[in-house]
Amino acid sequence: MGLKIASGAAFAVCACVLAGAASAREVNVYTSREAELIKPVLDAYAQASGTKVNLVFVKDGLEERVRAEGAHSPADVMILVDVARLVRAADMGITQPVDSAALKATVPEALRDPNGRWFATTLRSRVVYASKERVKQDAITYEELADPKWKGRVCIRSAQHPYNQSLIAAAIVRLGPAQAERWLAGVKANLAKKPSGGDRDVARDIRAGVCDIGIANTYYMGLMLNGTDAAQKTWGEAVKVLDSRFAGGGTHVNVSGAAVAKNAPNRAEAVKLIEFLVGEQAQNLLADLNYEYPVRAGIAANATTKLFGAISPDPTPPAAIAAQRDAASILADKVGFDR
Amino acid sequence: MIPARFPPNAISGSARRAGPGRSRAVVALKAAAAFGVLLIALPLLSLAWIAIGGDLSPVRHVFSIVLPAATADTAILLAGVGLVTTLLGVGAAWLVTAFRFPGRGFLAVALTLPLAVPTYIIAYCWVEILEPFGPVQTAYRALFGFKSRADYAFPDVRSMPGAILLLGFVLYPYVYLPVRALFAVQSASLIEAARTLGASPAKIFLRIALPMARPAVALGLSLALLEALNDIGAADHLGVRTLTVTVYTTWLNRGSLPGAAALSLVLLAFVTMLILVEIRSRGARGFASSAKKPRAQDPTPLRGLRGMAATCACALPPLLGFGLPAAFLAVEALKRGARVDPGLSSQILATVVFAGTATLLTLLLGAMIATAVRILPGRPAAAAARIASLGYALPGTVVAVALLGPLAGLDNLLAEALSALFGGRWGLILTSAGAGVVIAYMVRFVGIAVGGVEGGFGGVSRHVDDAARTLGHSPGLLIRDIHWPLLRPALASAALLVFVDAMKELPATLLLRPLNVETLATAVYAHAGRGVFEDGALASLLIVLVGLVPVVLLTRASGEAAAAATRRREADSASETAALQS
Repeated sequence: MGLKIASGAAFAVCACVLAGAASAREVNVYTSREAELIKPVLDAYAQASGTKVNLVFVKDGLEERVRAEGAHSPADVMILVDVARLVRAADMGITQPVDSAALKATVPEALRDPNGRWFATTLRSRVVYASKERVKQDAITYEELADPKWKGRVCIRSAQHPYNQSLIAAAIVRLGPAQAERWLAGVKANLAKKPSGGDRDVARDIRAGVCDIGIANTYYMGLMLNGTDAAQKTWGEAVKVLDSRFAGGGTHVNVSGAAVAKNAPNRAEAVKLIEFLVGEQAQNLLADLNYEYPVRAGIAANATTKLFGAISPDPTPPAAIAAQRDAASILADKVGFDR
Repeated sequence: MIPARFPPNAISGSARRAGPGRSRAVVALKAAAAFGVLLIALPLLSLAWIAIGGDLSPVRHVFSIVLPAATADTAILLAGVGLVTTLLGVGAAWLVTAFRFPGRGFLAVALTLPLAVPTYIIAYCWVEILEPFGPVQTAYRALFGFKSRADYAFPDVRSMPGAILLLGFVLYPYVYLPVRALFAVQSASLIEAARTLGASPAKIFLRIALPMARPAVALGLSLALLEALNDIGAADHLGVRTLTVTVYTTWLNRGSLPGAAALSLVLLAFVTMLILVEIRSRGARGFASSAKKPRAQDPTPLRGLRGMAATCACALPPLLGFGLPAAFLAVEALKRGARVDPGLSSQILATVVFAGTATLLTLLLGAMIATAVRILPGRPAAAAARIASLGYALPGTVVAVALLGPLAGLDNLLAEALSALFGGRWGLILTSAGAGVVIAYMVRFVGIAVGGVEGGFGGVSRHVDDAARTLGHSPGLLIRDIHWPLLRPALASAALLVFVDAMKELPATLLLRPLNVETLATAVYAHAGRGVFEDGALASLLIVLVGLVPVVLLTRASGEAAAAATRRREADSASETAALQS
C-alpha cells in the first residue's frame, strides 16, 4: 500500500512541476525530423528569443498522436518532412490557419498552404547518386531508371517511405497512372537488392559495388562528406550526384515544413518560431548544417549550393504531388516494390 | 459477483475455504483482478472498435495485396525461427546434459546469454558486421584478393534467411532453458535401459529424449515465436515485411488507423494460436515429470575430436547471439571514447524512471492478482489471471495503437475536470508524465509478474494457509505476514524480469513518450534511423549489460535447482543402497 501512496505523491509532484512550468515562456515542438538535425536551429531560436523550446522526436505517428491528444495537446509547432505529410496534417484538422505577413512575404506561394495551415521551411531534392568509377554519364532522367540497361544496378530504400512515395506521386502526376505503373515496375525490375535501409546505405552500397546507381536526397551527401564518421566520408567520396530531372521537366523536390497545431497552447510563440525558421539566420544555418535549399530568396552562397549547384525544381506544384500520395502508396503495393 | 456463481468448494471444511468473507483485503484482491482484466480488455476493445467503426475502403488494397504477402512472410519467418530455435535449443540442451566435454559447465551458462540482447540490437549489430565494409567482408576480400563487392557472391543479411538466423540466434534460449531443465530431471532409467539394449546416442536422442521433451519444447517455442512476432525493429531494419511491420506502415505510412487496427486483429489470430500451444504444453508438463523417481542421467564423456566438436557446437550459438555483437558494441563504444552522446545520462535517467515505475506498479498488480488466485475460491480469479497475462503476447505496436485513443480521452477528461475545479488551462498530465509508457509496460509485462508470483506460491504449502486461518488470521494478515514475506525471492526475480523487458521495449515507448524524453532504446533507434548506429553503441551496450543481470541470476538459480536435483539423485541412490542392504 506504501507504493500507492508513493506513486500518488510522485504524481502530485509531477503535476505541480508541470503546472509551474506552464507559466514560463515556452514553445512545444513535435518533430518528425531527427531531433539532432533540427536542434542547432532551435537552440539559436531559444537564444535569440529567450523562449524555452521543448522537443519530442516522433519519427512516425506524430500526426496520429497530436490528433489523439485532442483539445489539450501540448503541441504548438509540428515540424514535418515531406509535403504529403504536411497536407495530410492540414486535412486531418490538426493544424490551424496562420495569417502572418512575414511568412507570406518570405515563403513562395507554391510552398505554403493557401490558408496558412502549413509552410515549407526548406527544399530538398531527391536525386540519383551514381558511382564515380563505373557510371560515365552526369545527367539522368527519372524515366531512365526503368531502362533495362540498369538491370541489377539500382539501390533504393522502401517504396513506402515518404520520400519515395512523393517521388512516385510526382511520377503519377507527370506520366499518368498507367505509365507510372509501368515505370515503377521497370525500376523494381532493375533493383540490385530488396529495398531496405536508408539513403546513406545507397551511397555505401554504391561504394561497395552492390549497385551502380541509387536514389537518395541530396543533403545526405553533405552530411556524409562533412560528418564525423570517417567511413561515411568514403561512401560520399565514391559517389557523384547526377543532374536528375523528369524528361522535359526538372528535379523532384520535396519540402520540410512547419505548421501551428490546432490546439496550440502557445500560439503566438508558435508563429514566432516558424517566422524564425524562414528568417535569414535559420535559413543560413539549415543550408550550412543540413545541406538543404532555403525557401527564402536571396540566401547567397552556402554549403548546399557549393556542393550541388543551384536547384531547378520540377514545375509540378507540391500540393498536386501530395494529392497523389495515397495512389503512390497503392501503386508501390501493387507492383510489389518492397518484396 | 464471484461467490454467487461459484460457491466455495464444499468438499474442504477448512477455515480458508469457509468463504473469504468481506474483508478489505479480499475486496482489494478482487479489484486488482478486475483491473488486470480491464487493462488488457480496454486496448483490445478499443482496437476492435477502431477496426469495426472505421472506414476501411481507402486501404482495401492492403487487404487484397499486402495482407496475403505479409501473412505468408510472417508464417515463413515463424516457421524458420521455430526450426532454428528448436535445433539450437534442444541440441545444446542435449549436449550439455547427456555428455561431458571441455568447457561444458561454462557453456551451459553462456548458452543463456543471448537472452540479454534485444532483437533490434542484434539486427543493427550484424548488419554492421556483415555489411560490405564491415570486418567480415573486408577480410573476405583481402583473403581472396577481390577488389569490389561485385566480384563475389555474399549472402545479404538484410533478407528473410538473415532475419530467420538472427532472430533464431537470440531467441533459442527460450527453448534451451526449459528443455535443459527437463533433460536434467528426465528419468535416466529409460535412457540407460536403451543404452544397455544397444541403442546409439543418436537413436536415444531421437526416440526417447526428444519425445519426452516435447512439452518443454512447445512451451519454449511458443515464447520464442511470440517474441519473433512482437519484433518490429529487426524486421524493419532487415527489410522483412511481417504483419507487425505492416500494422505499423499501414497506420503511419498509409495513414489508416482503422486499417492498422484490422490488421492487428489478424496478427492477434497468430498470437492466439501460439498461446493455445503454450497453454496446452503447460498442461502437458506433468507428463514428463510423472516418471517415478526422476533422476538425471550420467553424462557420457566425449574425448578428442568429438569433445572438441561438442564444445564448438555449444560455443557457436552464444558467440553469434551474444559474444560477437557485444564485442562489436564494446569496440565501437571505445572508439568513440570521449565522444559520449551528451544526452546519455538523461536517457539513463528516463529509462530507469519509466522502467522502475512500471516495475513497481506491475509487480504490485501482478502480486495482487496471483494472491487473488490463491485466496479466492473458484475459477473467476484464475480466469482473470490468465486474461491479464495475455498482454505479453500483444506486440508493443498493437498496444500503442490501441492505448493512444483511450489514454488521450482519459487525459482530456482529466484536464477538463481540473480546469473546471481550479480554472485555467491544463495540459495532458498523464501523457506528459509518461503515464502512457508506464501503462503500456504494465499491459505488456503484468503476465511476467503474475506468473512469477504464482510460481512462488507453488513453493508455499496450502497447509500454511489453512493453519493460519485456523489460528484466526484474516486473509489480509495471512497475505501480509505470511505469503508476501515467503514470496520475496519470487517477487525479486519477477521484478528483475519486468524491469529488463521494460528497459528494452521499443515500439510503445517510441509512440507514447512525452516531450523532451529519450530512453536508451529510443536513442539507439534514433541513431540507427540516422544511419549512424555505431554512435548509439554505448547505449546499446548498457541495455545489453543490464539485461545480463537477470539472465545470470536466473541461470544461477536454475543451476542451483539442477544441483538440488543431483543431490536428490544421490540421496535416492543412497536410500536405494540402504534398502538393498536391509
